[in-house]
Amino acid sequence: MSATFLPLLRRDLAMLVSGGRRGGAVLPVLFFLAVAMLYPFAVGPDAVLLGRTGGGVIWVAALLAAILPLDRLVEPDLELGFFDQWALRGIGEEWILAIRILAHWLSFGPPLMLAALPASALVGIDGDKLWLVEIGLLAGTPGLAALGVMVAAITAGLRGGAALGGLLVIPLAVPLLVFGAGSLAVGGTSGLALTAAVSLVLLAIAPFAAGAAIRAGRG
Amino acid sequence: MQACSLSATDLACRRGDRLLFARLSFALGPGEALQLAGANGIGKSSLMRIVAGLMPAFAGTIERHGALGLIDERPALDPHLPLGRALAFWQRLDGPADNAAARLGLAGLMDVPVRYLSTGQKKRAALARLIGQKVPLWLLDEPLNGLDTRGVALVEEMAAQHCREGGICLIASHQPLALPGMGRIELADFAA
Repeated sequence: MSATFLPLLRRDLAMLVSGGRRGGAVLPVLFFLAVAMLYPFAVGPDAVLLGRTGGGVIWVAALLAAILPLDRLVEPDLELGFFDQWALRGIGEEWILAIRILAHWLSFGPPLMLAALPASALVGIDGDKLWLVEIGLLAGTPGLAALGVMVAAITAGLRGGAALGGLLVIPLAVPLLVFGAGSLAVGGTSGLALTAAVSLVLLAIAPFAAGAAIRAGRG
Repeated sequence: MQACSLSATDLACRRGDRLLFARLSFALGPGEALQLAGANGIGKSSLMRIVAGLMPAFAGTIERHGALGLIDERPALDPHLPLGRALAFWQRLDGPADNAAARLGLAGLMDVPVRYLSTGQKKRAALARLIGQKVPLWLLDEPLNGLDTRGVALVEEMAAQHCREGGICLIASHQPLALPGMGRIELADFAA
């Protein structure tokens, strides 16, 4: 099992991070920055208002950026027959999808945390609050990655699966958003702990739910 | 090659509310080959997927000893990667391969992205992947599709060699295939 970890992770990262036809990690980051840049234009230069609402905008932008690569997380491999070939080699779907969650997170989590620095400056967040944003994203983005892979596996093979996937992720991501963005309003670490808890629950469920979806779709 | 066997007893396959075939049985030992013949849509590919364990049988049992490799219409190679790197991914999972790719006439194509390959070249690439898997049970689903006459001869030669080495070949094809000692099942005889 562990012998398959590195080859699979390498392939997933090459597929998700670098450019090429199946996209790259740059697009979600640019999208994230674009939202953060547009927001001050939309609400005006009121620094107090921006500072109070900017954290929420960063969280919404992060959620939307995580949805962007949804359609290339699972569907192409299913269509090309990769999952069948892995099954014949005795590599479990759960294992493959757990690795994919890791690769998906690596492709957008850390880049978004980096991009959150300029984005926070744009919406007037600094000091302690910036730390809360960064640690909140660190706690919340793994949950978003797990959610993304789970929904991608469930909607893979459906007509219009990509659009449906986006719609399915949004309501399921509400707890992450409430606790993640809420921790900025309340301050302190209780919100962060709850964000991490939601993330852990999603991480624990996602590989099994996604694996079951792949197997159910066979036939 | 390790001892292997593959047998099916009273298999039946249902797609939707249609029973495709029923009471189909066969047994294969080391070095044996079997062709499943029949018209399009008669259930050859479904039977292959049932034997591979990728689809549940409606009735009947499969008994299988030995690891199993499958070629079907999907090559399972990354379309944007050069062929060499796409095959290298499977080599990292299956262990280093011998010179299968060269024997299959792929040596000059290693730098060509998979999506630029023709249907027949993709079939050859899938065959190279299967050989690299080093498993005793081969399931070939329409292995001759898109192949030229030389390609067909190559597949026959590879399958014959695999059987000589003690492997088992189960081949679903509507095209004639020359393989020494190969049995043949007409799926139409079992149509329900």
